[in-house]
Amino acid sequence: MDQAMSIPLAAAMPMSRRRVLGAYLAEMRSECLRYLRAPGFILPMTLFSTVFYVMFGVLLNQGEASRYLLASYGAFGIIGPGLFGFGVSLAIERDGGLLTLKRALPMPPGAYLLGKMVMAMIAATVVIALLLLIGIFLAHVSLSWGQMLALVATGAFGVLPFCALGMFVGTLLKGQGAPGLLNLVYLPMAFLSGLWLPLSMLPRMLQQIAPVWPSYHLNQLTQAAVGLNHGPVLGHVLALAGFAAVFLWLAARRLHRNG
Amino acid sequence: MTVSEQVVARLAGVEKRYGRLVALDNAGLQLRRGELLALLGPNGAGKTTAISLLLGLLRADAGTVELFGRDPRDVRARRRIGVMLQHAELPGTLRVGELLRLIASYYPAPRSMAESARMAGVDDLLARPYAKLSGGQQRRVQFALALCGRPELLFLDEPTVGMDIEARQRLWAAISQLRAEGCAVLLTTHYLEEAEALADRVCVMARGRVIHEGTVEALRARIATRRIRCVSTVDAGVVGGWPAVTAAERRQDRLHVTTDAAEAVVRRLLDADPQLSELEVQRAGLAEAFTELTREAEQGLPETRREVA
Repeated sequence: MDQAMSIPLAAAMPMSRRRVLGAYLAEMRSECLRYLRAPGFILPMTLFSTVFYVMFGVLLNQGEASRYLLASYGAFGIIGPGLFGFGVSLAIERDGGLLTLKRALPMPPGAYLLGKMVMAMIAATVVIALLLLIGIFLAHVSLSWGQMLALVATGAFGVLPFCALGMFVGTLLKGQGAPGLLNLVYLPMAFLSGLWLPLSMLPRMLQQIAPVWPSYHLNQLTQAAVGLNHGPVLGHVLALAGFAAVFLWLAARRLHRNG
Repeated sequence: MTVSEQVVARLAGVEKRYGRLVALDNAGLQLRRGELLALLGPNGAGKTTAISLLLGLLRADAGTVELFGRDPRDVRARRRIGVMLQHAELPGTLRVGELLRLIASYYPAPRSMAESARMAGVDDLLARPYAKLSGGQQRRVQFALALCGRPELLFLDEPTVGMDIEARQRLWAAISQLRAEGCAVLLTTHYLEEAEALADRVCVMARGRVIHEGTVEALRARIATRRIRCVSTVDAGVVGGWPAVTAAERRQDRLHVTTDAAEAVVRRLLDADPQLSELEVQRAGLAEAFTELTREAEQGLPETRREVA
């Protein structure tokens, strides 16, 4: 044993619970600020689904079709901030060394992920709010307060499994390659789970495998929120929670191994 | 036992492999409270791996890695350190003041923003977005972030790369001020004059091992040798047999002698050859000592064998 080992070091200053909480809040605050100030990042995420909805839900369709499209473009719009908000920023920050620096600093464990999660939840909520405004005032979809609230809540929490999926993709590659790979996940998955065309218009085989995609379950929940799906929702909630858990575990494992 | 002997960071018998590549091979080093240790070595020597272990970014395959007596992956240990890495792209849309507030929030008793900014010389940059700063200004901001938590141990990885001479001098002054407060510093640098100006001790690494650890003076003394060059007809084999001569050889018409007793050897050379001309005597600086040490390690030859060779 080394002699110097036995000399006690002065005790570290303890970190009060208030300051730990403050660190989590500071992390969330700066995560939101930095992306709100980056229009190149935030606009594609929010405009994709709203522009589609204006075209197909307002200009080309009316009535119940607009209601249906509000839910499906809602699901489409919720997925974006999760996949891209998490995946792209993680891939870039792994590449640029920011993640390494934050791991070396005494950032409270989980603050990094929590900050990005909150950012994605806010972005998803903004997307849903925009879609609701378009749906109510331009497409004249009639919704009760309860239905609106249900759709907003579905957005805020429904984004989380896609955060986990985005995080996993963000651990697969570094830097600027992430958006391409994420689009390869995002767009086919949206199509195959009936977010662009109703599932009934797709070949039978694709209809049968649709429940494989998390976006299918999210779409069932948004449809239920606007009053078009009267089946039980618990199964879909559990399926999404399962997807979130699996991808979070996979991503955490990769981050732990590879940094 | 005095306070100055407290060990704040320690590697002992550490092994680290990446696949078949051995990054650290039985590496050991200690950093005591308030001292500045410069970690030197060529690229690939294992400096980055050693620092990554001490920061808890990597797990050692074998051996002990301690930060304030704890595993560095324990956040309680890391609350006592400040970190400035060589490559870290901070969020460009955040202002300097916002970055300082964020990083300071991780620590139990950080400095005020004004104090951190003043110490790192970024007072005038607080309202500027990070991406709009020059490379040198960004380095200063990174230094401010490293010291804002009132750390007891500061990791500075190539801190002055990209800084002009004035900024470098100011950073050196700030480091001295931190040390006066009792802060220990682990510095990696390619600028040997930086190590010479700041370090209490230097630790030279090569091929995953610590090949020298001691004061700057000790490192220089390790290569106390001076080199004598001259145009002379004296036989190199004869000179090689003189006392205190470690090597003598002839390259074209020039005689090259390596010795620890330059004055005596020069006197004897002049006596032996009155026609001797173009006499030069050079003292090894830290740079040469360093080159010499690492070259020996790269060749895998122990110094003792080289010296008798």
